Amino acid sequence: MKSKAYAAGLGVISAIGKDLAENLEALKNHQAGIGPITLFESIHKNKLPVGEVKVTNEKLASSLKLPTTLTRTALLGIHAVKEAIQSSGIPELRKWRCGIISGTTVGGMDKSEQYYETFMRNEDSAPLHQIKNHECGKITELIASHFQIQDFISTINTACSSSANSIMLGSKLIANDQLDIVIAGGTDALTRFTLNGFNSLMILDSEPCRPFDETRKGLNLGEGAGYIVLVSEKVLEQEKVRPLAIVSGYANTNDAFHQTASSPEGRGSFSAMKSALEMANLMPTDIDYINLHGTGTQNNDSSEGIAVERLFGENVPKASSTKSFTGHTLGASGGIEAVYSIASIQSKVVYPNLRFNHQMSEIKFAPLKSFQKGVEVNHVMSNSFGFGGNCSSLTFSSC
Amino acid sequence: MEQLMQTLKVQIIEALNLRHLKPEDIKDDEPLFVEGVGLDSIDALELIVLLQQHYGVKVEDPSQGPQIFRSVKSMAEYIENNKKPQSA
Amino acid sequence: MSVFIKGMAAISPQKTFENNSFLSEIQEFIGNQLNAVEPSYEGIIDLRAIRRMSKIIRISVAASNKALEEAGVEIPDGIITGTSYGCMADTENFLRKMIDSKEVALNPTPFIQSTHNTMSGQIALLQHCNGYNSTYTQGGFSFENCLVDASLLLADNPGWNLLVGGVDEIIEVSHKILNRFDLYRKENVSNLSLLNLPAEGTMDGEGCTYFVLSGNKQNALAEIKSIKTIYKPANASHVIESLLKFLNENNLNPTEIDVLLTGRSGDTRYDGIYEKVENIFPESSLLFFKHLSGEYPTASAFATWVGTNALEHNQTPEILARKLSGKTSIRNVLIYNNYFGVYHSLILLQK
Repeated sequence: MKSKAYAAGLGVISAIGKDLAENLEALKNHQAGIGPITLFESIHKNKLPVGEVKVTNEKLASSLKLPTTLTRTALLGIHAVKEAIQSSGIPELRKWRCGIISGTTVGGMDKSEQYYETFMRNEDSAPLHQIKNHECGKITELIASHFQIQDFISTINTACSSSANSIMLGSKLIANDQLDIVIAGGTDALTRFTLNGFNSLMILDSEPCRPFDETRKGLNLGEGAGYIVLVSEKVLEQEKVRPLAIVSGYANTNDAFHQTASSPEGRGSFSAMKSALEMANLMPTDIDYINLHGTGTQNNDSSEGIAVERLFGENVPKASSTKSFTGHTLGASGGIEAVYSIASIQSKVVYPNLRFNHQMSEIKFAPLKSFQKGVEVNHVMSNSFGFGGNCSSLTFSSC
Repeated sequence: MEQLMQTLKVQIIEALNLRHLKPEDIKDDEPLFVEGVGLDSIDALELIVLLQQHYGVKVEDPSQGPQIFRSVKSMAEYIENNKKPQSA
Repeated sequence: MSVFIKGMAAISPQKTFENNSFLSEIQEFIGNQLNAVEPSYEGIIDLRAIRRMSKIIRISVAASNKALEEAGVEIPDGIITGTSYGCMADTENFLRKMIDSKEVALNPTPFIQSTHNTMSGQIALLQHCNGYNSTYTQGGFSFENCLVDASLLLADNPGWNLLVGGVDEIIEVSHKILNRFDLYRKENVSNLSLLNLPAEGTMDGEGCTYFVLSGNKQNALAEIKSIKTIYKPANASHVIESLLKFLNENNLNPTEIDVLLTGRSGDTRYDGIYEKVENIFPESSLLFFKHLSGEYPTASAFATWVGTNALEHNQTPEILARKLSGKTSIRNVLIYNNYFGVYHSLILLQK
């Protein structure tokens, strides 16, 4: 019987807080972090709202004793991993076979796009430090180096499901006794590249997003990082660590419908959710809360909603999209939302789906409108669906 | 209008990299999407960019797409009806 | 590990795709880069599909297609791709236009095609594959990470057929930028002399190699018996120690390795470690591959293709061989590769 992976530590930084406590407080107070762009100059500055982390690079860098010229994606990642490790209470990670698996879509693009602008004018004058950490894998290297993790290092880029897949791989490596501890999650910084990219797809809302609302017009981009310290049973026993949750199930499928859109009936999402439940040995009725992918686009919310109803029937559990608070943090979203999902079990809370006012015509269920506490949350499902048809679903259970 | 449709065909082939087609292969009134030329939703976005880049015509609401881009003729009509008047 | 190679295909700077014989026709490149020989895509990729595809996607679709055909698999159970740089042409295209046009009226296609998971996603779309789908992007471990993931999946699902590959492309801009990091030769050199004229720097390369991997031995070309990755070893001794431990874990001693295939790149800064590793195997045939592929993060996928061919055909073509052992039968091939001294990997292939 293979060992499951346990979550022993959580770390998160997002538009609604620089650590888990701040994030939870904002979720409780219905305080979204969506607002105007301040991080860079853009023609979209006062037209497209975003979920920026309210901490400058300078502040992040100085608190971590790192150069301010480092890519924001790495700074956010290191910040969140630091919190996760501290919260796990494990004093010496290197005593164990320890790995890091990180999801990211932009890598160091926040700096590379600056580099490229200079490069286009004068190739030789563009400063190399701005481009040297461009690659996605370099971000994970920077995080690994900061925490001296060397046994296993991996980066996944499956668009918006990147960090969910990181948690999946981490859990598999622990279950197969290849590693004892894995820090898994993801990080992404806001960049002009992604802002303009999503804008060219015409799926950004010029107002704060309204996931699962009939009148929704699109998503807001966000940024942040979310990581879990996953450990084996052996680590739990020997380090006398209290587990926060067990990674009870997961599944990765591909919609294979279109490069950027989900199939109308949400075939891939349905399949991922169903398989995750099967692996966890759970019935749909066992799920107490779903953290929806819920980006706020016409396409995602419709196909995800239909898939959820197909799986849960008349008994759709409490469900919400926390992207209504943070915006869509792309590669970090699976990690951030996994942290929220586990916190939901720990704190016995469920989160609201802000700005929901109009029932979607395709489905019967409505997302939660209010934060609720004192809720018995034993099993949570967290969905992450991305470009390229990538569909991932995770289940976390109390233990 | 005739000239505009001809130009549009050339521009569409270039913008969408339809190397297997020549302008004369696209009929004025032939459906561009699903059937006929067989374009998809990504092409629709590219055609929105084409209108903006070449004709200064903006399509704010992508859901208008199916109507505007139904055929080369409907595209030409939309351009005629929406392009900014030339300054004197 | 119990992972078996059922089919494979490589698009590389050599004529490895359309030519079925094992490295019989060698391409020479003079300069500091080797560029992939692209096949004719007629009959492989539909004209309507190919119109959006940049080089990295075209070669991935073609190589994966061929690997599946060779393995006799119609729809794989999963697709895992490793790529360090991702879709550079599309990334550069979108970035340049964003800067040039000051963010106005941007074409969405290059942005959509720029995400690293485009290859895995596109192949899934074309092959109608709803199964497991992932993309690893960890520098010189991008392909190795894929193998680790594949082995975990096949341990639970031995009947599965997984499409697993490594790919990276060169574009003019990326080569220029990487050149500024002193990775490549300053003087023009022929790839065929690269390893005999060591100096600082190597030659840039690109290519795509896909494998169909299964937990089932039947009709396999070779077995990937074990792999090990060593990240930023402190020194050569650390690499040697890990290598000897790796052999021990696989119940092998150095004399039992029939072929040692190393990623020597002609770069004096890193060839030292290769020398120390090679000295542990005096009785093995010694082969090199990077003068044929160039140096790039997923070149170990090409190395695995070379090693598998050696096992399958029991051949060690002269163009690869630095030293031949005289052994008539090849049973064990050990690949040792490092990517600019940071990412070191060992891949053990067996008949």
